[in-house]
Amino acid sequence: MNAKAELSWVRVCRLEDLTDNLGICAKVGEHQVAIFKVKDVDGHALYAIDNHDPISKANVLSRGIVGDVKGHDVVASPIYKQHFDLRTGQCLEAEVKIPTYQVRENAGNVEVLME
Amino acid sequence: MVGQKFLEQFAGKEQASNFHITTFCAEPRAAYDRVHLSEYFSGKTAEDLSLVAADFFASHQIDIRLGDKAVAIDRENKEIKSARGDLIPYDKLVLATGSYPFVPPIPGKDRPECLVYRTIEDLEAIKATAAKSRVGVVVGGGLLGLEAAKALHDLGLETHVVEFAPRLMAVQVDDGGGNMLRSMIEDLGVKVHTSKNTQEIVDGDDCKLRMNFADGSHLDTDMILFSAGIRPQDELARQAQLAVGERGGIVVNNFCQTSDENIFAIGECALWNKRIFGLVAPGYQMSQVAADAICGDFASEFMGADMSTKLKLMGVDVASIGDAHGMTPGAQSYSFTDEHNHVYKKIVVSEDGKYLLGAVLVGEAEAYGTLLQMMLNQIELPEYPDTLILPQREGSASAAMGVDKLPDSAQICSCNNVTKGELCCAVQGGITEIGELKTATKAATSCGGCTALVGQVLNAELEKLGIEVKKDLCEHFPYSRQELYHLVRVEGIRSFDELIAKHGHGKGCDICKPTAASIFASCWNDYILEDQHAGLQDTNDYFLANMQKDGTYSVVPRVAGGEITPDGLIAIGQIGKKYNLYTKITGGQRIDLFGAQVHQLPKIWEELISAGFESGHAYGKAMRTVKSCVGSTWCRYGVQDSVGMAIKVEHRYRGIRSPHKIKLAVSGCTRECAEAQSKDVGVIATEKGWNLYVCGNGGMKPRHADLFASDLDDATLLKYIDRFLMFYIKTADRLQRTSVWMDNLEGGLDYLRQVVIEDSLGIGGELEAQMAHLVDTYQCEWKTTVQSPERLKRFHHFVNSEESDDNVVFVEERGQIRPAREDEKRIAVAAV
Ligand code: SRM
Ligand SMILES: Cc1cc2nc3c(=O)[nH]c(=O)nc-3n(C[C@H](O)[C@H](O)[C@H](O)COP(=O)(O)OP(=O)(O)OC[C@H]3O[C@@H](n4cnc5c(N)ncnc54)[C@H](O)[C@@H]3O)c2cc1C
Ligand code: SF4
Ligand code: FES
Repeated sequence: MNAKAELSWVRVCRLEDLTDNLGICAKVGEHQVAIFKVKDVDGHALYAIDNHDPISKANVLSRGIVGDVKGHDVVASPIYKQHFDLRTGQCLEAEVKIPTYQVRENAGNVEVLME
Repeated sequence: MVGQKFLEQFAGKEQASNFHITTFCAEPRAAYDRVHLSEYFSGKTAEDLSLVAADFFASHQIDIRLGDKAVAIDRENKEIKSARGDLIPYDKLVLATGSYPFVPPIPGKDRPECLVYRTIEDLEAIKATAAKSRVGVVVGGGLLGLEAAKALHDLGLETHVVEFAPRLMAVQVDDGGGNMLRSMIEDLGVKVHTSKNTQEIVDGDDCKLRMNFADGSHLDTDMILFSAGIRPQDELARQAQLAVGERGGIVVNNFCQTSDENIFAIGECALWNKRIFGLVAPGYQMSQVAADAICGDFASEFMGADMSTKLKLMGVDVASIGDAHGMTPGAQSYSFTDEHNHVYKKIVVSEDGKYLLGAVLVGEAEAYGTLLQMMLNQIELPEYPDTLILPQREGSASAAMGVDKLPDSAQICSCNNVTKGELCCAVQGGITEIGELKTATKAATSCGGCTALVGQVLNAELEKLGIEVKKDLCEHFPYSRQELYHLVRVEGIRSFDELIAKHGHGKGCDICKPTAASIFASCWNDYILEDQHAGLQDTNDYFLANMQKDGTYSVVPRVAGGEITPDGLIAIGQIGKKYNLYTKITGGQRIDLFGAQVHQLPKIWEELISAGFESGHAYGKAMRTVKSCVGSTWCRYGVQDSVGMAIKVEHRYRGIRSPHKIKLAVSGCTRECAEAQSKDVGVIATEKGWNLYVCGNGGMKPRHADLFASDLDDATLLKYIDRFLMFYIKTADRLQRTSVWMDNLEGGLDYLRQVVIEDSLGIGGELEAQMAHLVDTYQCEWKTTVQSPERLKRFHHFVNSEESDDNVVFVEERGQIRPAREDEKRIAVAAV
């Protein structure tokens, strides 16, 4: 693993603190990160995106409903219901993209790669 | 009505700009819908009944002279004299003066308690007189008389109908039908007296008036409504010496021209081929012909019109089509009587048995549209014509006629003159729903008799266009909400994973997940935050509170019926103060506390619960509030305990999840302070019980609720609401309020009554049992939540920190908090 010097994996919570297909919000440094565990045919995928909804300007994305739209895993903002691609951060209805973060499971812990 | 139609049709023509139009209007308001006049009693206002768009006269530069009657025509100088004394010149003149009620010359007929039924002013007078009366009589048992009788009955009067002929609706129905009709009307609680010839009206003993009949009998009453027929309003024509009929009516030719070619007469005042047409549809045909003729287009002619009718009385289906009495030479008839179910049907067919000439339907008039079309379009009868009226038994062929047999020219809606061709055209233009089709074509928006047929044309045309009406919920389920509800119910499915594995694909989305959650709740009523349901919920349901623009939540405890003790108020006040929440009285008679953050919600609720409150479900697509007025307990006008009933109803239906939110209200008398007629379910107290209204809506597209049933006792009221709500939950689309659901329901209000009141689908018991399950399994979701440490873990902004969201910033306004705007937040940050 050759992560850049200033990036490191930050432990956020235990994996069992996450419920399938539900989000949580973690404070990582000064960032609010929304983390989702999305159930798949062969297990689950973890995603981490910024918790800030650029459309309503509120920190709420962790509280959206997750699912898939045309093959992309997405979360719908709970305020005005725009969809954000969990992999890329791209909004499907507007020309905005939100930051995404790398997230992994390590020895039962959930970790986010952050400055 | 016809005059206004003429103005609309004429104003739409190119040549209209060559004319300057003036219209006289003897009444104090512009044209309104007389056909639905009776609805004035069930809450419609003069404004609701208006037929004129707000800016119609101004935008077409028409001078409207409200309250100014035309009193004389000077044909030589081509001028009209108005009651105000003005002289208005004309090139072309159209008379659409309608008719006036005929009052037989009985001594005593001019007493102040003797009224007629024609204008809004008449209805106001009836309402005022009825308020002082106990007994009312309608003279005349025709179409209008029965409508008037129903109105008096609904106003709470002991009601009688006095008819000169030996049967009711003598013009439209035969003896068999008349007898059946009589027994049905009497079942409604209206007394019928036939073959009664009133000789005089004198002072009564117990009542204000007494009617003495030729046979020596008498009847005491407090008021009398004359509905003994109409006479054409032809006084202007007489004064101007235009040709009039022996028994009145302005003589017109096929172009609706009177004996003066520059003067036209249309509507009920016109006499064509020695006939008067007392219905709107023929009047509308005349107005079109006259508008064309004035523009020099003599292609269309008025050639008479069909006088088939369907009575729009609640609970009594009566229809008469064409030659109901079998007067055509050689005509043969088939009839069917079922005394048990109060059904009488007759068809009259041509000598060769090939064509339908007429029909009488009493007690069940569903076949009206089909039979009417068969007659009008000379569609060949089936081999055994009696199948058209015999009850449908299992296994027998259906008598319904495919609409594809109808020619494009077939008039489907006679009130608004809409043909099958026009409907198809609209569908080809992209319309896929009956509600939209009604708005676009006006079909089925007047008497409603054609609604079922309009629906059939829509479906047939969609099918022909190969448009599969896609009702798929979303990309994950190839089913409509109604179909999913059915699958869940029948297969006993209790989780989303099971549902999508069996009937869908993919992972689901923010459309199908909350819909499925709502269906599970409507069917099984499990706690909505159980692990398999939690991820399906919208954030409002997930946190059991309403998310606001800044990500904070509002909290609304239930205040059933709006009744709250001083201690309750104090407790809410103290909690609001302690957590620094913004408080406001809602439009739903309760109190909303705003600005709570997720981590505060459980604490706030613990305190609310110990003060005796429970969840108000303001966050759910669920039963919200039952608004009440103070009612008979305090109010001097109240006739029932409306607060008591509202609380009973609110406790019964609290928390029930449904396709959209549901709101109810209960008023203590007809003054209607609880605004029940704007609710999904409205209840208004009467002297004898409760009137039930359904499918009202405030909000974006207000809709007055329809009167559904009258004078119900408590148990029947709840039974009907149970069935109504469950039927809505079972069949509505996602996010479809009851008002829109009703507008799209094939068969409309009548159909709904059949299902709920007459139990025509045989599911009444089932619906009640399903509702009973919901009532029995109610739980306060907040109580369950605060008792479960596992659930409470979710109520934190961060999973790894006790901090709260620093983006939530409040400023003070009018002594309370409100979310800071972006510019205010920047200042706050700078100040730090
Ligand atoms: C709080 C309240 C306004 C107030 O300060 O008084 C309110 C607030 C909201 N209304 Fe309302 N409505 C409130 C009474 C009403 C009323 C009046 C009534 O109920 O008598 C109406 C019109 C009546 C009706 O529904 O027919 C009303 C018609 C709507 C509509 C339009 C519905 C429609 O069919 O056209 C919406 C939008 C929707 O539901 O799609 C709406 C949606 C909303 C939402 C949920 C919008 C949203 O998603 O944020 C608001 C959030 C509620 C909250 O607590 O955060 N609200 N809303 C009222 C809460 C009543 C209560 O005690 O529960
Ligand atoms: C309670 C009720 C229920 C009905 N139900 C049905 C139904 O279900 N189906 C159906 O087809 N028909 C129904 N009708 C009949 C229908 O309302 C009439 O056929 C229709 O109103 C006729 O239209 P019109 O324009 O000819 O007359 P009106 O609507 O009566 O209009 C004539 C207008 O001219 C005005 N006027 C008269 N003289 C003058 C003057 N000299 N100067 C200025 N203004 C003048 C009158 O005040 C009136 O406003 C019903 C009628 C009533 C009263
Ligand atoms: S609706 Fe009637 S009973 Fe209720 S407050 Fe108003 S006037 Fe009184
Ligand atoms: S026939 Fe009356 S509304 Fe269509």
